[in-house]
Amino acid sequence: MQPQPQTEPVPVLEIRGLTQNFGGLRAVSDFNVELGKNQLTGLIGPNGAGKTTVFNLVSGFYQPSEGMIQVGGVPTAELKPHKISALGVARTFQNIRLWNDMSVMDNIRVAQHYRLGYGFFHSAVRSKRYRRREEEITREATELLDIFELKKYADEYPRNLPYGTQRKLEIARALSIHPKLLLLDEPAAGLNSSDIRELIRLIRWIHGQFDVTIWMIEHHMDVMMELCTHIKVIDFGQTIAEGVPDEIRNHPAVITAYLGDDKI
Amino acid sequence: MLKRYSVHLILTLLGGLIVYLAYFEYLGLYFLSVLMFMGVNIILSSSLNLVNGYMGEFSCGHAGFMCVGAYVASVLGVWLFARDRVFGAPLLDPDYALYAFPVIILAGGVAAALAGLLVAFPSYKTRGDYLAIITIAANYIIISAIENMSSIGGSRGLMGMKGVINAMEDTLYLPWMPIWVFLFTIFCVWVIRRYVSSTFGKGVNAISQDEVAAEIMSVNTNKIKTITFMLSSGLAGIGGGLFAYILGYVNPGSFNILKSTEIMVMVYLGGMGSLSGSILAAIFFTILLELLRPLQIIKWIVIPLVLIILMQFRPEGIMGNRELGQIFPRLKKFYRFK
Repeated sequence: MQPQPQTEPVPVLEIRGLTQNFGGLRAVSDFNVELGKNQLTGLIGPNGAGKTTVFNLVSGFYQPSEGMIQVGGVPTAELKPHKISALGVARTFQNIRLWNDMSVMDNIRVAQHYRLGYGFFHSAVRSKRYRRREEEITREATELLDIFELKKYADEYPRNLPYGTQRKLEIARALSIHPKLLLLDEPAAGLNSSDIRELIRLIRWIHGQFDVTIWMIEHHMDVMMELCTHIKVIDFGQTIAEGVPDEIRNHPAVITAYLGDDKI
Repeated sequence: MLKRYSVHLILTLLGGLIVYLAYFEYLGLYFLSVLMFMGVNIILSSSLNLVNGYMGEFSCGHAGFMCVGAYVASVLGVWLFARDRVFGAPLLDPDYALYAFPVIILAGGVAAALAGLLVAFPSYKTRGDYLAIITIAANYIIISAIENMSSIGGSRGLMGMKGVINAMEDTLYLPWMPIWVFLFTIFCVWVIRRYVSSTFGKGVNAISQDEVAAEIMSVNTNKIKTITFMLSSGLAGIGGGLFAYILGYVNPGSFNILKSTEIMVMVYLGGMGSLSGSILAAIFFTILLELLRPLQIIKWIVIPLVLIILMQFRPEGIMGNRELGQIFPRLKKFYRFK
């Protein structure tokens, strides 16, 4: 990166006063966050706390009832999900959402739609531009699969891969759009303990290797404690605590939210 | 070298053979028309496969778009180049009919593509069964609209296309209809093949398998849906235009839901998302229809029965989501088709 001029750095993600109502239910209430470049931050909370709703709002599935979301200084509340991903927001899902009947290679290639640079006409006449872009996309996808050690599966269908590998592929696919912000929604869900060790290594490696801010939801506390530098805890849509992992571990409000209090 | 051009070579030989046989009248009119319907059916089934197979939607109104193409192409042709009771003397010199014919057929395709927007816009918000109902509605809207246009014959239908064909043959005596059907069939298959094999077109597949993931991974799903529906209905319009000229007569009744079903049977017979499957099924189905012709109306008991048996024992169709090259990998040594 070139040195920035003497201005305040624009946060990768800025959320102010975000509120989301589903009918009478307030799923997220007055949520604030500011993520800077290259941070690795966590979002935790009991089931139904509204964590995934926050991610869905950031990636544009819902229009927020109130509040603002900015990605790199661009307000995204009105944008469609594909426009938001073109701004550099990539995500994975709690339940893996790969395209199961397309080869691993095509899974990566289709994610390049935002910068395809050609349309229907070019694909029909197989213009020079079409051929050049397809070549570049295939080359980059191959490189990406190579560094994720997935190259040997390039022609395989994702559904035939082991679960842990599918997780890895989904993360690789998310990274293939060169995101500034990577949202990981429970990446360790359904993994066994050795897969989880592998995942922690992978996320740490991604964080060092790619120029990306990572924001993750996870229920495995050991994963969060080990990886994140900052954790935010929400319950019933409200932020109840935030801080470094050690503070969170012993925070009374967090313990109450997870375990209940002893007054009966 | 041979691998690269083998498909071109085979198609040229096949086309040459058909023209040769037709020109010297070795092939009877009956066989010739069966061959031509085969071509039209290939266009129809492969274009419907784009929506039902590749995109995973369920369109049951394909004949409606065919109808638009058929009427626009017929009206344009008859109005411009043929002496007709309804439209009077030809507007242009019939000598130009030959050159204008592909443009007329394409114009029918463009009109049908625009009609495809009738389904494309609702598809942004609806899918599955609900969209299927919309496609049926679109089919009915198109037919009823044309039935009520008395200036182009209404429900009685429209004739006079033979005049255009005669005009073409007057300019240069060749079996023009088989030639055009052959060329347009290749054109349609070629466009679909190139579309679905590009990274751009694979967005269609992504939508079919997981629309949410597609949108999140930067695929503009609305744009892809619009293009796919327009392409599918536009190609059906081309098929419809050719159909009208082969028969020399169109009426709205022949593009009803039964025709749509017929096309759907071909798609499911061949296999969803398999272009070679759709082509094979169209050829097979056309022959089957002709063989069952002596059964008359009973054939509409036999054909649906075939469908039931097919769904029971091989629900993925003949080719089942694969192309010829994937089933017989050795074939790939001999051809390259792009």
